[in-house]
Amino acid sequence: MSSIVSVKNVYKSFLTERGQTINALEQANLEITPGEFVSIVGPSGCGKSTLLRIMAGLEKADLGETIYAGRLLNKPHQDVGMVFQEYSVLPWRTVFDNVCLGLEFLQEKKSVRSERAIQYLKLVGMAKFADAYPYELSGGMRQRVAIARALANNPQVLLMDEPFGALDAHTRILMQKELLRIWRETQKTIILVTHSVDEAVYLANRIVVMTSRPGKIREIINVDFEHPRNRSNPLYGQMTARILDILEEEVVTAGEF
Amino acid sequence: MRIPYNRLLSLLTLLVFLGVWSWSAMIIANKVVLPSVSEVADILFQPTENLLSMGSLITNVLISLLRVLLGYLVAVVIAIPLGVAMGYYDLVHTMFGDFLNIFRPIPPLAWVPLVMAWFGIASLADLFMVDRGTWFIYLNNFKFSMIFIIFIGAFYPILTSSIHGVRNVNRVFIDAARVLGANEFDIFRKILLPAALPSMVNGMRIGLGVAWMCLVSAEMLPGSISGIGYLITHAYTLAATDIVIAGMVSIGVTGAFMDWLFRSVERRYFAWQRLAR
Repeated sequence: MSSIVSVKNVYKSFLTERGQTINALEQANLEITPGEFVSIVGPSGCGKSTLLRIMAGLEKADLGETIYAGRLLNKPHQDVGMVFQEYSVLPWRTVFDNVCLGLEFLQEKKSVRSERAIQYLKLVGMAKFADAYPYELSGGMRQRVAIARALANNPQVLLMDEPFGALDAHTRILMQKELLRIWRETQKTIILVTHSVDEAVYLANRIVVMTSRPGKIREIINVDFEHPRNRSNPLYGQMTARILDILEEEVVTAGEF
Repeated sequence: MRIPYNRLLSLLTLLVFLGVWSWSAMIIANKVVLPSVSEVADILFQPTENLLSMGSLITNVLISLLRVLLGYLVAVVIAIPLGVAMGYYDLVHTMFGDFLNIFRPIPPLAWVPLVMAWFGIASLADLFMVDRGTWFIYLNNFKFSMIFIIFIGAFYPILTSSIHGVRNVNRVFIDAARVLGANEFDIFRKILLPAALPSMVNGMRIGLGVAWMCLVSAEMLPGSISGIGYLITHAYTLAATDIVIAGMVSIGVTGAFMDWLFRSVERRYFAWQRLAR
């Protein structure tokens, strides 16, 4: 099957305040096929969020390119949506108006906007909170709204940058189940950056393991067992342990521990 | 009915103050130094009475209010777009930031000699080239020099809070909008402006307060023959201390009322900011 997103030989470095150059990404190559659920894990500061931002068109690669459906991606594209770790729903808009935001940018008619907003609020189970303001919602609910907002634009690819990172452990597990259901129902391609190996193993078809800074792709692991996955399955534990070992090795050899 | 204890408590402070005043006035027994509460109250409760053949308290307050609003409006129209541009574009901030900061510490009153040299007693009447009739009397009340002093007072609080408001917009809102397909104008209109609005309105409230405080100094400028600030200085030369105090109370009450109006708007429309964590 042909790729929907290809990352080809991407390099990215940053300049710090002191004028030092930090190499965030080196030689990143990745092929994503339509409908896949890919997780990216790696030690903190390994450039996994940078890689995602490059795929979203929010940052430009120094070298190399990102291709979506045969076209170069160097600015945000309507078919690529994103959910952020920080709460990105606008606090001055109601839940409903937040979900309409992208549709306003795409200059959809009002009737189309409200129809789609309701449709996606239902999908994420937030329809009855349409008139609420974000400050009235819990963290998990706000992220559901952010997911609905991203999906309302009907993107083919959904990029998620540690979307559940700020949530408590219990809410996090519930949100993972929700995300699996949403993935099945919408059949989108999902690329999820996470620092939780458990989350990656629970959700993804493939797990991309990155090295310490400068981030390179160290290994890509296929996760073959069926959804919904059982955390008490020995295979599940073995896979989690294996990835954790790799990450530990990375952190230790980088001398960051 | 629940008794509003807070109201009672704040009223009590006022009553104690009035008590101390009455008692002091009785001891001093010199109405040029300190007139009694009732003498001042008499003037305040008859605000349409002509004072010192200078017009009533109300007319003078209204004239002053119009002057302040005029200078204030000019400040708002310049400071807000400039502040937004400075907050969003580093280039604009670099261009104007240091330059404007040199002028910031200069008190509005220190501008008086220069402003007099520039504008003298020129007024809106000169701008519209009216030199007689009823309109002349109205327009001649609005001297450029006064408007400039008031403008200076209001300008900086509004500018600073606009810059601050735009600078503090959460970057993730802008990133999220970009991914959702926003162009630069969308980001300005649907992200930056609503996010910065509470800070801007707060700056506008403080700016109006400062502008109102610059009033007396502005109305002491030559060519002034009306306004609550002028009424106070004029009453002082005639040793009419009761009118001085009544004028001061009018300034205080009017200023507090405008501040309250702004606060109600803030409470009503920017609840999200107070409640969002």
